[in-house]
Amino acid sequence: MITIQESFSRTLLRSGIISLWSALLFLPFKGLRASALLFALLFLSVFLLTFAGSWVSSQLAKTAAVRERMRRSLPEDRRYLLLFLLPALAIPFAAQNYLIDVAVLAGIYIILALGLNVVVGYTGLLNLGFVAYYAIGAYSFALLNTKLSLGFWSAMPFAVIITTLAGFLFAVPALRLKGDYLALVTLGFGEIVRITLNNWDSFTNGPNGIGGITAPTLAGMSIETLSAYYYLVLFFVLVSIVVIGRVQRSSIGRAWIALREDEIAASAMGIPSTLYKLYSVSFGAFWAGIAGCLFAAKMRFISPESFTFMESVLVLCMVILGGLGSIGGVIVGAVILVILPEILREVQMYRMLALGAGIVLLMIFRPQGLFGGKVVSSRY
Amino acid sequence: MLLQQLINGLTLGSVYALIALGYTMVYGILELINFAHGEIYMLGAYLGIIILGFLTAAGLTAYSVPLALALTLLLTVIFSASYGFTVEKIAYRPLRTAPKLSPLISAIGVSIFLQNYVMITQGATDKVFPSLVGNAGFSILSTRITFLQASIIVVSGIIMALLHAFIRKTRTGKAMRAVAQDRSMASLVGINTDTIISVTFIIGSGLAAVAGLMVSMYYGLVNYFIGYSAGIKAFTAAVLGGIGNIPGAMFGGILLGLIESLGSAYISSEYKDVYAFIILIVILLVRPSGLLGRDAEEKI
Repeated sequence: MITIQESFSRTLLRSGIISLWSALLFLPFKGLRASALLFALLFLSVFLLTFAGSWVSSQLAKTAAVRERMRRSLPEDRRYLLLFLLPALAIPFAAQNYLIDVAVLAGIYIILALGLNVVVGYTGLLNLGFVAYYAIGAYSFALLNTKLSLGFWSAMPFAVIITTLAGFLFAVPALRLKGDYLALVTLGFGEIVRITLNNWDSFTNGPNGIGGITAPTLAGMSIETLSAYYYLVLFFVLVSIVVIGRVQRSSIGRAWIALREDEIAASAMGIPSTLYKLYSVSFGAFWAGIAGCLFAAKMRFISPESFTFMESVLVLCMVILGGLGSIGGVIVGAVILVILPEILREVQMYRMLALGAGIVLLMIFRPQGLFGGKVVSSRY
Repeated sequence: MLLQQLINGLTLGSVYALIALGYTMVYGILELINFAHGEIYMLGAYLGIIILGFLTAAGLTAYSVPLALALTLLLTVIFSASYGFTVEKIAYRPLRTAPKLSPLISAIGVSIFLQNYVMITQGATDKVFPSLVGNAGFSILSTRITFLQASIIVVSGIIMALLHAFIRKTRTGKAMRAVAQDRSMASLVGINTDTIISVTFIIGSGLAAVAGLMVSMYYGLVNYFIGYSAGIKAFTAAVLGGIGNIPGAMFGGILLGLIESLGSAYISSEYKDVYAFIILIVILLVRPSGLLGRDAEEKI
């Protein structure tokens, strides 16, 4: 039987040890005064959090019950989700240019994250170099547009085909691997693509990038304004949601999920695993290609700097944050991770620090993401 | 020219080997690619500069350079090992039973966190390591070897021999091998696996810190993003030798250093960083068990 005094002194000791240890580790990097400050802050917060812990967990249990009730009360038919489309349609009328700009970016990232979700969320193949396909799409589009002066609508199909082919060709050897080895090989592929784009001066113009990409045209009119471009991106976002959702519910999508759950059992049921994984990777690359074209046409200028490993991690975070394998979750994840940095512009320096810590905390406390849980299994 | 490149490659390779040991030991025990390991190496490089600066301010360097360097090495290793221990405790231990990819993603988070932690506290500009030993050296067969290069090679060699003896001969080393073979069986015969895992992280981080300190002395410049590429290269070295295999990591590190140095001298130095990735991909595709590794059977 632990008395209140005992638990109090134990908590005191625990917070003391944790904060002292952290302050000691911090000491060489910022000196004595900052470490003392860190000690005081950590001590207070750990101490208070431990006591608040029981209260917080009871509150969380309550929200879980509420969420369950909400889920049950909502109709099975998901068509009500179309209601969310209205605010999305209205953004250009209600907001300033800056907000539309952010919304365009969010749209491009949604397509990219949905593409990655096909590979990671449905099929369970971790890809740490997804940005490579995005880069290939953007560069193919930019080169076709500037060197062969193809317009948006004629350059895009070629660029997307090139990207899908690249995804397919790379996947053929890479899919012999599984799990974290596969992840590492995709990371290597991403880096090779970026370094090649950076060094192949005669073709990609190296670190200076490619400029002068023309704006897309539609029915003879140039889509110059931001709001027009926003609707173009919104169109592609809707197409990707509908198509990916349909494929997910088709036999191919169910085969992907079966492969994720248990590859051996799935093969035993007659699913050709390598073939379906190839479909998955190529399909993911297809969407990355579209996102790449939209990005290049939006920016009018691309350089290897936009396609670093951090970008791959960011897109992966969007997928994980919302919940692997859930389209709605991935969209929310992408929107959060695009908007959050804009809000946190004041404390820009600490952004990536918080992202790193956030990933660790997410993995520990909610590995299935904010909205995952239903589709996602314990093994992927 | 060739001999000169071989010496440079050997220097670089012994550093890769030291970092690769940390990867391979952790992988051997946890089957986790410790993505944050490269950042521990980077922390080691920074801590070396900070601690040496402190000792210089205290007047110790003026009194005796070897003593100051030895003390710097000791403190750097202690601090970096503490970081490695803390990272394992916070970011990996709660995920012991989680699906296999969760710890990997968590490790990426740690890596991003540590990089930015150092960038914020120490600034984004290059840090300079004061030149203490200078460029003095000696020549053999018209090849110049600086004392620094020689000591990097010798120190790495000694450390690797010590590690090998530790793992083969001591009780803790034996326990480490047992945990690597079968974690649940090892715990059944009374080995505290959590302690052994902590010890593994402490040793691996200590080795990475030594590598970091030596590299910052060798190049004289340090930045907060050096951990990423060094980490990938060291991981490649570990895979090259056969991951989980300790002599393999040493061999793979030195081989990779030689390939990189010869490749940038005779093929193209612009693509210097690509060689490691190409080797990584080719090895994983052709012989995933590595050059020295045994084929692992897939457990169902």
